[in-house]
Amino acid sequence: MHEMSIAAAVVEQVADAAVRHGATAVATVRLEVGELAGVVPEALAFCFALACAGTVLEGAALETLGVAALARCGPCAVEWRPGMPPDLLCPRCGGPDAVLLTGRELRVREVEWAGTVPSAPAPPS
Amino acid sequence: MCRSSDLRQAVLARNDDSAALLRSELAARGTVAVNLLSSPGSGKTALLEGELAAARERGVPVAALTADLATENDARRLARTGVPVQQILTGGLCHLEAVMLRGYLAGWLPPGTRVLFLENVGNLVCPAVYDLGESLRVTLASVTEGEDKPLKYPTAFGLAQVVLVTKTDLAAAVGFDEEAFLENVARVNPGVEVVFTSARDGRGTGALLERALAVQEGAVPHRPVLARTPEPAPAPVPVSAVGRVPTVHEHAHAHTHDHPAHGHDHAHTHDHTPHDHDHRHDHGSAAGAPHPHGAPVVDPL
Ligand SMILES: [Zn+2]
Repeated sequence: MHEMSIAAAVVEQVADAAVRHGATAVATVRLEVGELAGVVPEALAFCFALACAGTVLEGAALETLGVAALARCGPCAVEWRPGMPPDLLCPRCGGPDAVLLTGRELRVREVEWAGTVPSAPAPPS
Repeated sequence: MCRSSDLRQAVLARNDDSAALLRSELAARGTVAVNLLSSPGSGKTALLEGELAAARERGVPVAALTADLATENDARRLARTGVPVQQILTGGLCHLEAVMLRGYLAGWLPPGTRVLFLENVGNLVCPAVYDLGESLRVTLASVTEGEDKPLKYPTAFGLAQVVLVTKTDLAAAVGFDEEAFLENVARVNPGVEVVFTSARDGRGTGALLERALAVQEGAVPHRPVLARTPEPAPAPVPVSAVGRVPTVHEHAHAHTHDHPAHGHDHAHTHDHTPHDHDHRHDHGSAAGAPHPHGAPVVDPL
């Protein structure tokens, strides 16, 4: 259940950003989760609520933005959706030299602040 | 009243930074770390016993760190080989993280260690997500676990630089379909080497040590597709710009949008609107760069 560690990391990052922005409450956290990131969004949502308790994120909503995987073969440039479980062999040449263009994202994309927000952001640290 | 900030910040940035730092610290000491992932009961400790004994026979200085939820049995077994062994009791945490690991290595890892084996917590889900600063990641599967293991745990097998099959002495008895297994591995991780071993009859013993020593001597390990990102080759960073140049790694994940079916030559260079560039983005490529952001303080290795 590493989703708990991941939720804690999200909360920590957003709480740090809240300090930098002088925000006192968080309305929504938007998280990009790639199809191949190795994270279960439902488990993450459950852990997120727990991890927010007692922090500036208390009551914040988590919006998970799923990112589909997309691979591209180096030699023949064909692009395909590898699916789940992923098929990462090139469907055209059968070769092993693909690159994953998207699908492993695990990123805090955006935060919507709530509560008191001063007009100018606080200077860093 | 509502305002939003575009953070674009990798959730695991802190772990990844610590891992990068640890990797460079280990490299400076001539040590290669091997991260071993497996399910519980896949024969990881037996495998490791064989590798440690092989290292001792050949006079190669190695060490092992073993992570367990609660007991010290593994460490006791491994210590019998005479190799330095450190036990981490994770107290229920399902995976190792780089910051934690750095703390455990500080003051313990013997100087001159060429290979450090990291026996991760027995679990193929959580440890797969965390870089530990290893230079070789190995995922194990025993023949008793079935041929479809790589499809059930695509992150663990997809990110492996070597896949290692254990308990092959039982293959016939359990009807292990080697060809199907290899096909499944190739699907999630094309091009990865698969090594067959048996602790009971000695098949493949020492193979893992050899792979690790090759990396320690400069061989470039397999790069799984799952770990390959589309950015161009990193350009040298001008010293004056180090403070503000985002790492290649960050930007590999930085732009996600629907890909229409046309060429992508410039698709990842678009639109850098000013956004909240957290400084964790900025120093990943500078080995040993100071961590301004409160990574736990541990003694340098
Ligand atoms: Zn191709």
